[in-house]
Amino acid sequence: MDIMDSIRVQRLRKGYGRGLPPAVDITDGFSVSGGELFGIIGPDGAGKTTLFRLLTTLISPDEGDATVQGLDIIKDYRKLRTIIGYMPGRFSLYPDLSVKENLDFFASVFGTSIEENYHLIEDIYCRLEPFADRKAGNLSGGMKQKLALCCTLIHSPQVLFLDEPTTGVDPSSRREFWETLARLKDTGMTIVVSTAYMDEANRCDRVAMMKAGCFLEVDSPRNIVEGFDRRLIAVRSDDMFRLLQDLRSIEDVGKCYTFGDTHHIVLKENAVCTPEDISCILSGKYGHTGVEAVEQPATLEDCYMNLDG
Amino acid sequence: MQGYNVIEVEHLTKKFGSFTAVDDISFEVIRGEIFGFLGANGAGKTTAMKMLTGLSFPTSGKGMVAGYDIWTQSELIKKNIGYMSQKFALYSDLTVRDNIEIFGGIYGMERHDVRRRAVELMDRLGFMTEKNERVKDLPQGWKQKLAFLVSIIHNPEIVFLDEPTGGVDPAARRQFWELIYDVVDSGITAFVTTHYMDEAEYCNRISMMVDGRIDALDSPSALKKRFGAVSIGEVFDILARGAKRSE
Repeated sequence: MDIMDSIRVQRLRKGYGRGLPPAVDITDGFSVSGGELFGIIGPDGAGKTTLFRLLTTLISPDEGDATVQGLDIIKDYRKLRTIIGYMPGRFSLYPDLSVKENLDFFASVFGTSIEENYHLIEDIYCRLEPFADRKAGNLSGGMKQKLALCCTLIHSPQVLFLDEPTTGVDPSSRREFWETLARLKDTGMTIVVSTAYMDEANRCDRVAMMKAGCFLEVDSPRNIVEGFDRRLIAVRSDDMFRLLQDLRSIEDVGKCYTFGDTHHIVLKENAVCTPEDISCILSGKYGHTGVEAVEQPATLEDCYMNLDG
Repeated sequence: MQGYNVIEVEHLTKKFGSFTAVDDISFEVIRGEIFGFLGANGAGKTTAMKMLTGLSFPTSGKGMVAGYDIWTQSELIKKNIGYMSQKFALYSDLTVRDNIEIFGGIYGMERHDVRRRAVELMDRLGFMTEKNERVKDLPQGWKQKLAFLVSIIHNPEIVFLDEPTGGVDPAARRQFWELIYDVVDSGITAFVTTHYMDEAEYCNRISMMVDGRIDALDSPSALKKRFGAVSIGEVFDILARGAKRSE
């Protein structure tokens, strides 16, 4: 085994019975290097959370094997749990304990103290300190998230698993959160994070696109974007809602979706039409005003939107 | 009922002890628009929404929602608005149709009206084949659509959507927004909170709350122009930088 790999998955399968397809069914295997920031994106029900729970030993696979820091997720689960940190998507601290009590508790469970690893949480905890005596249940959403991250970090884990850590967090706080992750990465920590935000996925070293229990693609955001092989045109007009429907009825348009203040259209494989052609059709045939159409390179979000071809 | 504005608020203020959660806000929501209600965590959005939906009273100021006074007619407000919570609030053990009928009943609709409206909405939102399935067996995206459907079952003047797409992947978020467009097209006004700045672009007008105040309110394109920003995300950053309250 490559000594540099922090996570190594041969194959991994987990189903929840009742005739349902398996929630996770990874057959090709994958690995995450030590110190890598590894992102997982995919629709709800893709199996992201199940994968997290498998790798953090909270559930056992039906089949397959995997190691984290060289420790087997089944045989070595006790040892493994002491060297990883897991922040679940759902708030799971003790609402009736204060901020400080929660942190003390998690430190003591791992046989350490707040003081010992304070350097890891300092930049986050300094924001919480004024509220140290407030019950965790009474914190606002953003503060709960900060406390949860502190509790996940307090035993200085080697590998960090974060399941949608920024859901419901405003843009400025999200950016701070990712700056914290960058600092943690600099300490050599391996970080696996799932997200529904493509700007966050862009900040990962590599991103896995997950669907129906498998990884469809694992690569750096840059390679994923460069591998996009269709032509993409950003379009706007004065009537954006009608524009969406009208674009979809144009022959050469393979896919059309909203994209902030424009709509993006992805042309069919052999389509030859230009942005000017699209503008003409919209003004001429459909009577749109204020039409602008510009060919653009795809973003990671475009690649995600076109995953199924 | 009076015509143009579905919400009219003047000098609305809410204090908790010495803390001013909502600080003298005044604004209107125009009938038929998608109004984006943006702001950082802790800026006061939830407190403001509670007053607008009749769940709490202001400390001072006045306001009308769907034609009713927030001081004296909060029960009538509740009957005439829709509300979709960011927390999933349907009955998981009941079927799609049962959930619709229960909420229709809660809103005081006649049984045959509920049935007729349920069929109309299930058909429009593509739920007909799932109507007898239990809600807990539905995929997440469908649950969200159903929660939205239930919130407009009584054909309200305005529907409040509180972070309807939190944690939802890019493809499902877009489907949800097309649904919002569709419903607004049928004459319902939408009041939406979101932390996705690309979704702010889909609104007709947006307000930005900072430290309990509304520091900016306009169409997305006008805001970008005024702040010399290329995206609403940038406008948000510029305004949030001035915030004193922090988490």
